[in-house]
Amino acid sequence: MILDSFLWRAGLAGVGVAMAAAPLGCFVVWRRMAYFGDATAHAAILGVALALSFNMPVFLGALIIALGMASLVSSLSGRNVAVDTLLGVLAHSALAIGIVAVSFLDNVRIDLMAFLFGDILAVSRMDLLVIWGGALAVVGLLSWRWSALLTATLNEDLARASGIDPVREKLILTLTLAVVVAVSIKVVGVLLIGAMLIVPPAAARVFAKTPEQMAVFAGGVGMASALGGLAASWHFDTPTGPTIVAVAAAAFVLSTIVGLGRQVRA
Amino acid sequence: MSLIEAKGVTVRLGGSVILANVSLSLSEREIVTIVGPNGSGKSTLLKTLLGAVVPSKGRVTRMDGLRVGYVPQTLHIDPTLPLPVLRFLGLPKRVSRDVALRALERTGVASLTDRQVADLSGGQMQRVLLARAIIDDPQVLVLDEPTQGLDQPGSAEFYRLIETLREDLGCGVLMVSHELHVVMAASDRVICLNGHVCCEGAPEHVATAPEYRALFGTGTQGALALYRHEHNHSHDHDHAHEAAE
Repeated sequence: MILDSFLWRAGLAGVGVAMAAAPLGCFVVWRRMAYFGDATAHAAILGVALALSFNMPVFLGALIIALGMASLVSSLSGRNVAVDTLLGVLAHSALAIGIVAVSFLDNVRIDLMAFLFGDILAVSRMDLLVIWGGALAVVGLLSWRWSALLTATLNEDLARASGIDPVREKLILTLTLAVVVAVSIKVVGVLLIGAMLIVPPAAARVFAKTPEQMAVFAGGVGMASALGGLAASWHFDTPTGPTIVAVAAAAFVLSTIVGLGRQVRA
Repeated sequence: MSLIEAKGVTVRLGGSVILANVSLSLSEREIVTIVGPNGSGKSTLLKTLLGAVVPSKGRVTRMDGLRVGYVPQTLHIDPTLPLPVLRFLGLPKRVSRDVALRALERTGVASLTDRQVADLSGGQMQRVLLARAIIDDPQVLVLDEPTQGLDQPGSAEFYRLIETLREDLGCGVLMVSHELHVVMAASDRVICLNGHVCCEGAPEHVATAPEYRALFGTGTQGALALYRHEHNHSHDHDHAHEAAE
């Protein structure tokens, strides 16, 4: 059976994460929430430490802390404090505290690098189930709320006048972000989840004429990067998570050049 | 019967009183304009009437199942969001191309269907926003400073468009503005707001009311005349071109 092969499992895991990260990443880009994604992802390392010390599944610990961090940031950003600075403080201190917390766990020997940069080649069948379950839930939730989310992203008052509660839509983004972070740890690690959210939509922007196209193209770029990165890391013997992000970055550079070329001709 | 009614509405935000004991009502096919200086609570009043802000005292009643078409001040759309005009009109409810086209024709921007919303000029954007607001055949059009960033002939023309739409759709119109002179001529009733209702009534009445003059000075009579004068000059304005395209 193909799931017996760790390479197949790795490929499927990468594709699953890319599929969920793409539509959510579009909203992260459109709403300028890049830092928001980073803060949530970085905080997840604290969840990892927590999960390991309480003998919980890593996914669950990361999900809980990511959810807490995402809600915190989301509620703070509503109140006109200097959000940018605040997010910077939260993102980096969450990461630092998380790593310190992991180092306290002296009875468990863990590979810190695996959580920072992912360990896609070690994805188990159970991990795969969690990743695909989470990814499908995220994609389902986002497609169901798509129009409402888009309207709330454009203008909150406009959304309210159409009977949409922008606060609820924001909550949905917060929730899906936490899920994507939790399922992505194994694949790209907490440091590079932000990249999986931002880079594929950014690469897709040049070719997209509608929001739906952008989400689908971003999914394509993300999945291709996951598989391409996996192949490249196998071939060049490089760390897989960073290689996946490097391939996505290359796609972004390429599409930007094509976009610039188009502008010059126009 | 009134479409929207506020009775003794008081709104507190962050400890300070933004609106004190404000009452107003909007009847069918009526154009009511709320004028007031910056920080007078105009936008808050509009949000309260739409139900986005809950009053700490008083009551807002909207007619059962009232269909509201809302035109925001402006739309800051991130350049990373690809959104053609036609798709924008189908948010949040998808509409057929025909329906969208008819709405765009009404506001004089039918030529813009495939343009990206982020690329529109200020005047085009306002007309596209207006087209989206009328797509659901609203009973009330609510506009929050709809002509910000337009020049005076542009604003005057926009308000004439609102009057036409009121006739065609038979809807009530509630708008907020600080361009008193331009907006007044297009209104049935003007409410002068400064945290509370200073004065209200027909435009001519409000323009001469001492409370109004205390807030805005006496220069507005001349400007009102200016607006009427500008009726003759709309032919060389760019909206006329858009409509003709």
